[in-house]
Amino acid sequence: MKYIDEFQDPALAGRLIEEIRAAVTRPWALMEVCGGQTHSIIRHGIDQLLPPEIELIHGPGCPVCVTPLEVIDKALEIASRPGVIFCSFGDMLRVPGTGRDLFQVRGQGGDVRVVYSPLDALRIAEQNPDRQVVFFGIGFETTAPPNAMTVHQARRLGIRNFSLLVSHVRVPPAIEAIMGSPDCRVQGFLAAGHVCSVMGTEEYPGLAARHRVPIVVTGFEPLDILEGVRRTVLQLERGEHRVENAYPRAVPAEGNPAARAMLDDVFEVTDRAWRGIGTIPDSGWRLSGRYREYDAEHRFSVEGIDTREPAECRSGEVLQGLLKPHECEAFGTTCTPRSPLGATMVSSEGACAAYYLYRRLDLPATKPGARAQRTGAQNTESYDTAPRGTEPRSTRPQTADPQKTASLEGSSVV
Amino acid sequence: MCLAVPGRVLEVEDRDGTRMATVDFGGVVKEVCLEYLPDLKPGEYAVVHVGFALQRLDEESARRTLELFETLGMLQEEFGDPWEAAAGEDGFERQVPDGTAGEVQR
Ligand code: SF4
Repeated sequence: MKYIDEFQDPALAGRLIEEIRAAVTRPWALMEVCGGQTHSIIRHGIDQLLPPEIELIHGPGCPVCVTPLEVIDKALEIASRPGVIFCSFGDMLRVPGTGRDLFQVRGQGGDVRVVYSPLDALRIAEQNPDRQVVFFGIGFETTAPPNAMTVHQARRLGIRNFSLLVSHVRVPPAIEAIMGSPDCRVQGFLAAGHVCSVMGTEEYPGLAARHRVPIVVTGFEPLDILEGVRRTVLQLERGEHRVENAYPRAVPAEGNPAARAMLDDVFEVTDRAWRGIGTIPDSGWRLSGRYREYDAEHRFSVEGIDTREPAECRSGEVLQGLLKPHECEAFGTTCTPRSPLGATMVSSEGACAAYYLYRRLDLPATKPGARAQRTGAQNTESYDTAPRGTEPRSTRPQTADPQKTASLEGSSVV
Repeated sequence: MCLAVPGRVLEVEDRDGTRMATVDFGGVVKEVCLEYLPDLKPGEYAVVHVGFALQRLDEESARRTLELFETLGMLQEEFGDPWEAAAGEDGFERQVPDGTAGEVQR
């Protein structure tokens, strides 16, 4: 079986796949919520190893991708101000705002710094008492507790020139929104392991019951994902819809109580806009009243920014599992990791980036003029970056013109 | 960024009233806050995210997960030079697996 010798334990992987195959009697669509799982799936060809009845739909689980354009633009605005040191995780640097990104802001003289931990940003504030230090606080339930602790520490240490630009998001309301959509095809969820390391599994039984959907907490390794798929499929075939934990080695039922307590203290639940998706009720956190003075949006007036999304980017549909990345017209043509239109192409956990990096794909049909221009002017983009043994999926009929595909492949440089 | 990386605790100390540790992530050593796992001890493994230990992990799982993240280029993402990566072309290409053994090109 192709790919399977790349697994940690090929024999076990083979057994899991056989069990899944034996259990499946009809088509099922499962969503993996976490972007890290998406990368693992595409990298290891798990979607192609599974029986054809099982479709894996990629979910919105990349925090960089779902941070709304408005917040990115606020970050760019604050980072451009004199006297400000703007600190961020490295993966936000290339995320496109309206017309520019943080990397370009630094090129234009902004003091943008990359930190490994929010505590590093706090240290920078301590060392620069005459400057305002702003940390870009994005992320899911895994990232929110570190940021919460940092604000708590700022207050405890009396550091006042520090603030957080907050855009934290929560997974369960996103699952609720996806299940509530009329277009929803998802029948089972692989829940994100590391989110549950913090939050535990308590938030899911209500969701599973309301939407009659199995939710299986799943890790990132290929074998973890196969096990998550196996358990979800078994439930679906039996007509069950329970919460199961297939990642107990990192996810106790109660999560991390200390982290949850800090979240409750520092943040409060709020409605939050998701880039490309829209506002989802109760899907985010903002600083609670007691910590409002550490809110960068209060400290800097950043209202009235004119945001403009590139019209061709369909990452909203990608993030909701309605469209696979390569089905986007811009994929690999006007949108590449080097010149991304959407965050899903630039983020290390983005679905568009996963497809671009790991899979040789049939390219989407584009206007011949646009194509000729691109290949003529800049033919250093390579599509042949997929791991050995990959080939276009046979079930992918969108680009039926073999000539076109062949000529495009011929023009790319390895 | 959302992914947490397993690491092994080397040393634990109290600093300004905050529980901190030095943690080894397959060769890269970082300062990590233990406030959310205060009884973590040297030699133990934990899932660490943006400088915070969030959950204990057994050694075997930790080792396997580290290998996977290396393969996916995610260690490079977490600990590499982000400016270099953001600088485009060259920085990006070096994160692309070379397609032979899933190794990260360096
Ligand atoms: S390929 Fe680019 S333009 Fe298309 S959805 Fe993905 S990020 Fe947006």
